[in-house]
Amino acid sequence: MPTYSASETLDLPVASSERAGLSTFLRGLRGRVVGFAASAVWLVFGLSCWWREDLGDWSRTNEVAIGALLIAGVLLAASIAGFWSERVGEIVRNRAPWLVLLGALFSVWEVATAKLGWLPLPFFPPPQAIVEVFTDDLPKLLDSVISSIKLQLGGYAIGAGLGFITGVSIGWSRAVGYWVHPLLRFIGPLPATAWLPIAFFAFPSSWSASTFLIALATGFPVTVLTWSGVASVSNAYYDVARTLGAKPSFLVFKVAIPAALPHVFVGLFMGLGASFAVLVVAEMMGVKSGLGWYLQWAQGWASYSNMYAALLVMSLLCSGAITLLFKVRDRLLIWQKGVVKW
Amino acid sequence: MVSALALKQEAPLAGAALDVDDVSHHFDIDGKVLPVLDHVTLNAKPGAFVALLGPSGCGKSTLLRLVAGLEPPRSGRLLEDGRVITGPHPSRVVVFQDPTLFPWRTVWKNVALGLEAQGIIKSERHRVDAALELVGLSSFANAYPHQLSGGMAQRVSLARALVNDPQILILDEPLGKLDSLTRLSMQTEIVSLWQRNGFTTLLVTHDVEEALFLAQRVVVFSDRPARIKADIAVDRPYPRRRGDPRLAELRHDILGLLGLDATW
Ligand SMILES: Nc1ncnc2c1ncn2[C@@H]1O[C@H](COP(=O)(O)OP(=O)(O)OP(=O)(O)O)[C@@H](O)[C@H]1O
Ligand SMILES: [Mg+2]
Repeated sequence: MPTYSASETLDLPVASSERAGLSTFLRGLRGRVVGFAASAVWLVFGLSCWWREDLGDWSRTNEVAIGALLIAGVLLAASIAGFWSERVGEIVRNRAPWLVLLGALFSVWEVATAKLGWLPLPFFPPPQAIVEVFTDDLPKLLDSVISSIKLQLGGYAIGAGLGFITGVSIGWSRAVGYWVHPLLRFIGPLPATAWLPIAFFAFPSSWSASTFLIALATGFPVTVLTWSGVASVSNAYYDVARTLGAKPSFLVFKVAIPAALPHVFVGLFMGLGASFAVLVVAEMMGVKSGLGWYLQWAQGWASYSNMYAALLVMSLLCSGAITLLFKVRDRLLIWQKGVVKW
Repeated sequence: MVSALALKQEAPLAGAALDVDDVSHHFDIDGKVLPVLDHVTLNAKPGAFVALLGPSGCGKSTLLRLVAGLEPPRSGRLLEDGRVITGPHPSRVVVFQDPTLFPWRTVWKNVALGLEAQGIIKSERHRVDAALELVGLSSFANAYPHQLSGGMAQRVSLARALVNDPQILILDEPLGKLDSLTRLSMQTEIVSLWQRNGFTTLLVTHDVEEALFLAQRVVVFSDRPARIKADIAVDRPYPRRRGDPRLAELRHDILGLLGLDATW
């Protein structure tokens, strides 16, 4: 804590406790100052929307300005409330630095695009243009989101499920390993997108072709990591279980699989990343729906604000999916806490 | 910790007889043959308590693995109550040198492992609780293994074995990781468990005093490949006293057999 100096520790107890009170107060004040600063920056952003006429024809400038001012107002209220409520103060303190940065970036963005035109226009739309997409093109965007989620979920579930089963089987059975291992070696490393041209005419619909590709992209890492997880389970665990009367099914389901689960999750994470890439490409190339297709379509019309909006939604979805998977892992692998560093 | 809780409600089953009949064993390491057991013959009557002593690496754990049925012997036979041992069976339970608790299971579920594997956990949950009580870890039932000390983990692995009501209990240095105080009380505990439940016990230990305090017979092995060097009856009644001069005498003899009498 930088507010303490060496001399303070030598002070008399009474004095030092007073000083400590003061330093706590100062530290609290510093946290609050950032809250007020954030409020001010968002005020600036809001006002910058009204500073002068927009260079282009955007319909949502007022809404953006009012939204920014509302945020500024909320931040101001929360910063003041922080003097009384330690909890609110904590929330504001944690988020304020980021909010200052965001507000500043938005202000610069607004001024540099809509007001002064420093950045070439169709390529760099102002914030209100992107807000406009969300308000005016919402149905189409939502449709795309739902379609993407459906495709992704189906393909990922199939790929993860099959990959897991295959991984356990090769890890467990020598015979399965003999047949599947070379196949995996040979075909696995091929990027799933390389199958794209074949998949689109080999499958009855572009939907099923894309599901196959996503499943393939997910399945490979899940298979390999599940397999290596099962293969690396210490024999000592099997010995213990066997002397206690375990049958082979018990050894698979109650020893091999739980012991391999940390590896499986690594595979699931890798598969998730790989499948996002395939999803977007498949949507762009074949499926006439989804966010990838929306991006493609927006590019065709040179409507860059729609592209940015779609990108934003896409990144929210992807990070949401990763967060969800982390949550599931934390749930299932609670026992790992304290064994390894997360 | 010496609880009055017997693991079984009904009258104690007698342990099984164990016969190790001219067993030899070797490992192949990089194409070279490493002989480990050399014509070992050993008989334990039902309910006997036999301690195995020998230099490190001589093959004691290997012999226990053969008794457990985890590996077949290269030559010779092992018999439980006259039947040839062909594989592991819950009537012969091992407490391994390492506790090898399953890190993804709580203490309770680790102890429940055997009953779960045999498909009888639903009706026998109370046995798990009793076994945990016996090793004094009831309050840690919901802890995970990484939250235990080494000695506690070793006690859990003892409970995991006892809960199965074995007829032959195979102990591979089960107290090696315990502090000396817990060790002494666990020794007393093992004796009373053995007396109460009547299982045949095979105990490997490095500690001559422990062997003498616990066992009816102490079998001393030679260096690898292990041959039986001596089979010493400890003719003292239970409960034994650690200061017993007869035990001290035997201790001297055994240390002599192990080539350590110079330090005595
Ligand atoms: N699975 C194995 N493969 C090859 N060699 C082995 C194997 N298990 C044990 N050995 C060898 O067999 C010998 C005896 O091992 P064992 O574990 O039975 O010794 P031990 O008497 O229990 O020793 P300690 O008292 O140190 O535990 C050792 O030299 C060891 O290297
Ligand atoms: Mg050993």
